[in-house]
Amino acid sequence: MVNKLIVSLSPHVHGGDSVQKNMYGVLIALVPALLVSFYMFGLGAAIVTLTSVAACVFFEWAITKFILKRERSTIMDGSAAVTGILLAFNLPSNIPLWIIVIGALVAIGVAKMTFGGLGCNPFNPALAGRIFLLISFPVQMTSWPVPGQLASYTDVETAATPLALMKQAVHGNADALNQLPGSFDLFLGNNPGCIGEISALALLLGLVYMLWKKIISWHIPVSILATVFVFAGLMHLANPEVYASPFAHLFTGGLMLGAIFMATDYVTSPMTHKGMVIYGVAIGFLTVVIRVFGSYPEGMSFAIFIMNAFTPLINTFCKPKRFGEVVKK
Amino acid sequence: MNLILVAVISLGAIGLVSAVILYFASKKFAVYEDPRIGKVAEVLPQANCGGCGYPGCSGFASACVKAGSLEGKLCPVGGQATMEKVAAILGLAAGAAEPKVAVVRCNGTCANRPKLTVYDSVRSCAVANSTYGGETGCTFGCLGCGDCVSACQFGAIRMNPETGLPEVDEAKCTACGACVKACPRNIIELRPKGKNSRRVYVQCVNKDKGAVARKVCTAACIGCGKCVKVCPFEAITLENNLAYIDPAKCKLCRKCETECPQGAIVAANFPPRKAKAEETSN
Amino acid sequence: MKTFRIGGVHPAENKLSAGKAIRVAELPKQAVFPLSQHIGAPAVPVVKKGDAVKVGTKIAEAGGFVSAAVFSSVSGKVNKIDNVVDASGYRKPAIFIDVEGDEWEDSIDRTPSLVRECRFSPEEIVAKIKDAGVVGMGGACFPTHVKLTPPPGCKAECVIINGVECEPYLTADHRLMLEKTEEILVGVSILMKAVKVDKAYIGIENNKPDAIRLMAEKASAYPGIEVVPLKVKYPQGGEKQLIDAIIRRQVPAPPAIPINVGAVVQNVGTAFAVYEAVQKNKPLFERVVTVTGKSLAEPSNFLARMGTPMSQLIDAAGGLPEDTGKVVGGGPMMGKALATVDVPVCKGSSGILVINEKEAKRTAPQPCIRCAKCVSVCPMGLEPYLLATCSAHGDWERVEHEMIMSCIECGSCQFTCPSHRPMLDYIRLGKGKVGGIIRARNAKK
Repeated sequence: MVNKLIVSLSPHVHGGDSVQKNMYGVLIALVPALLVSFYMFGLGAAIVTLTSVAACVFFEWAITKFILKRERSTIMDGSAAVTGILLAFNLPSNIPLWIIVIGALVAIGVAKMTFGGLGCNPFNPALAGRIFLLISFPVQMTSWPVPGQLASYTDVETAATPLALMKQAVHGNADALNQLPGSFDLFLGNNPGCIGEISALALLLGLVYMLWKKIISWHIPVSILATVFVFAGLMHLANPEVYASPFAHLFTGGLMLGAIFMATDYVTSPMTHKGMVIYGVAIGFLTVVIRVFGSYPEGMSFAIFIMNAFTPLINTFCKPKRFGEVVKK
Repeated sequence: MNLILVAVISLGAIGLVSAVILYFASKKFAVYEDPRIGKVAEVLPQANCGGCGYPGCSGFASACVKAGSLEGKLCPVGGQATMEKVAAILGLAAGAAEPKVAVVRCNGTCANRPKLTVYDSVRSCAVANSTYGGETGCTFGCLGCGDCVSACQFGAIRMNPETGLPEVDEAKCTACGACVKACPRNIIELRPKGKNSRRVYVQCVNKDKGAVARKVCTAACIGCGKCVKVCPFEAITLENNLAYIDPAKCKLCRKCETECPQGAIVAANFPPRKAKAEETSN
Repeated sequence: MKTFRIGGVHPAENKLSAGKAIRVAELPKQAVFPLSQHIGAPAVPVVKKGDAVKVGTKIAEAGGFVSAAVFSSVSGKVNKIDNVVDASGYRKPAIFIDVEGDEWEDSIDRTPSLVRECRFSPEEIVAKIKDAGVVGMGGACFPTHVKLTPPPGCKAECVIINGVECEPYLTADHRLMLEKTEEILVGVSILMKAVKVDKAYIGIENNKPDAIRLMAEKASAYPGIEVVPLKVKYPQGGEKQLIDAIIRRQVPAPPAIPINVGAVVQNVGTAFAVYEAVQKNKPLFERVVTVTGKSLAEPSNFLARMGTPMSQLIDAAGGLPEDTGKVVGGGPMMGKALATVDVPVCKGSSGILVINEKEAKRTAPQPCIRCAKCVSVCPMGLEPYLLATCSAHGDWERVEHEMIMSCIECGSCQFTCPSHRPMLDYIRLGKGKVGGIIRARNAKK
């Protein structure tokens, strides 16, 4: 007899997937958008991103060690770093450091660790952090620097975002829509906005990477984008003077970032494909409703947040198609 | 000013209407419950362990009230004292019930029962039992994953890391029977506590033939029947190569303990013998 | 290319022994025959200590309708009828035979010639299969004659032959298809005759192009037999998945069985055993066993007599390596880890897989991150994460409602889980409990 034989139940092999691989995959998918943000906002973007990641990882480490007193630290699984980058991506590049730290504390401390850490949080931590900051510091959170001021951090020239212009159009400013940058500029990311949300192209590259690596399935992002496109398109057709074109909706604000990285968060999205589509359609619908009829210019984060709350309900009612339910032939 | 007034009036009105609705609803849908049920439930320990055989303490309370007799009803957690209180409330006589305690009928410690394989699935006795015979050669003994520990609401069972076996803290054990249900191998038994907590029992459940049992565990009952012969009270029966001591007949003479060649019979809480200090297990 | 419609994974194939021809294993010194090698009632011994037996002598007869007879694979004397430690570590009754020489029963046709014509009626075929103790050779060991006797109200429409071998590592069926092609095809036509259908499909995954080519070429001479190449996807060898892949029908949730959609599924190994039983009068006492593993010196396919200790086959394949962590009876996805390698080869032993210590140990589980990968790979359309959690909490009502009994225990969920959660452990536990509850409820009615 060589060793004591190990006895366990089948399966005796594993596919080799791991939480780390998925999280690091998301980080890689975020790289293009990160590079664009450095290119557009320079120093400010770097400072904000680094601070946010460092703060998130630190809070995760400190809370696990000193409050929860767990032996195994979870910072190496990469989820805190993902939250840090996503939080930074949702902030303007001129935001003061202390606000970022507060955001990170809310994201990791309140939205994630109070519920038990990775896997237990009902709401996306980065979103919770962003929404907390948006409500608490509306001025700092809504003054967006004009791209191209690479060497400056807080002392930058700011401008209205395309979304704000779209809102003005709804409120009767007939000229607002004409001031919108062209769809192509919006697509590339040459417009004011939060760090990570500006370039639809870079974010779509990330989506392609994640789909290729099978980190996420297509259901959530595609259903969100399609719903926004159709819904905004219908309104645009009804009255092009007041309602912006569907392309403008798709390429502005946090829609791409939200649809690709925030709404697809494993923990807070539904488990079945059917549920994912319902979730995505509802997010797309709510986003446009808030953007056009609500008092905030951007509705993506609120839409995702609201649907996060509905995820358990969706999970209860949307069951996968069971084997054998398919009709004969 | 006007705004405040409107707010006060409207909220007040809503409150008033709701109060009226609630009042009528409570009258209309009131369900009569014997007030004694509440009183009985109050003296119960509210552990809701189900050890009495009823769904929780309130279930037991209503059963006590409805039955009209407390014979055979015992709250294992509160014991006789609680039943006296229940009896006082209901004006009945408390049934006589012997206090019991959980005993672990396996002495397959790491030393007695060497491990042959390594179990590497979920640490759950139920899962391990459905997987295979266990890490040791004994297919009847304790699996050591601690289902009984997690089933105990009173913290009365803990795993001894040295022996790999669960140990019952008699002071905390209420004999609710949760561990008995949790153990997939029926190793844990509720036995009468006995006089001065003294009791004699067979600390093994192995039903294999003697030779096989002895090979896998040095403390196994091998079904030799010596204890059956030596017992003056016919308290011991031998079935499927395994001896069992009937607690109702056992007079705690400890003859079987000395007779057992395997040391599988345990006499708990006796003072040490004069001649040689016997190893006793709590 | 056809495949089943819901879920599925693609584990690394590792078919190390695919190119190795079947070798005849040496006779053991003592052969052990457990009485319960199949699903259903244990067999009842018809020999006693000291009896002389030949190869092919019946030593235990079926203990009921759902049961199968056991035949001696060796000649010699019955040593004892006693308990033996089986693969799961429990002691089960078995017949021990000391081997002396190799004398066969005269009734067995030992010539290598192929007997094409089957002159028996369907009833006679089923009786012969029953008499030969044939069970499903894929691993489940369900007595074959039971499957060939459709319950009242059901009618078979086609026979589906499972040549998928979707388990990684295993190559026993693959080799059998290459080396016993015609025998299998005759076996299939006998099965068709037994259930009175004129259509049979042989499903083979396209990672075995040589087998597909050979079988298709030879099958053209047999009317009604069609070879269907299938896309490689695990668990295609599952009965229900295979039916879905080939005839696009899905068997409803249990208690429905394949015959409810008109299909009778048999393994290629079973088809071969049926051929030998019906045409050659040879009862089931030997089978092809793959002995494999990355660290094994010589992964091989053996034609082994039942009752041969697995340790002997491992020795013949180069011996148990130093770093062995786990020995699995069957494939890595659904096989059972052996508590000891001294267990005998049984009717359902399709393979022996040696896994080294490093790969054998499970990775510590992390919390569920709700990535939903288990849901998307489940071939039965279940929610493994939910079933596992509810089972762990003992919520049997909920898991029954969530259709835990549909689970085929293929292990795709646990295979794919990034958090390495032991889902199937809990699901199996829940299945056992719910099965008991359902049986108790039916008994009450």
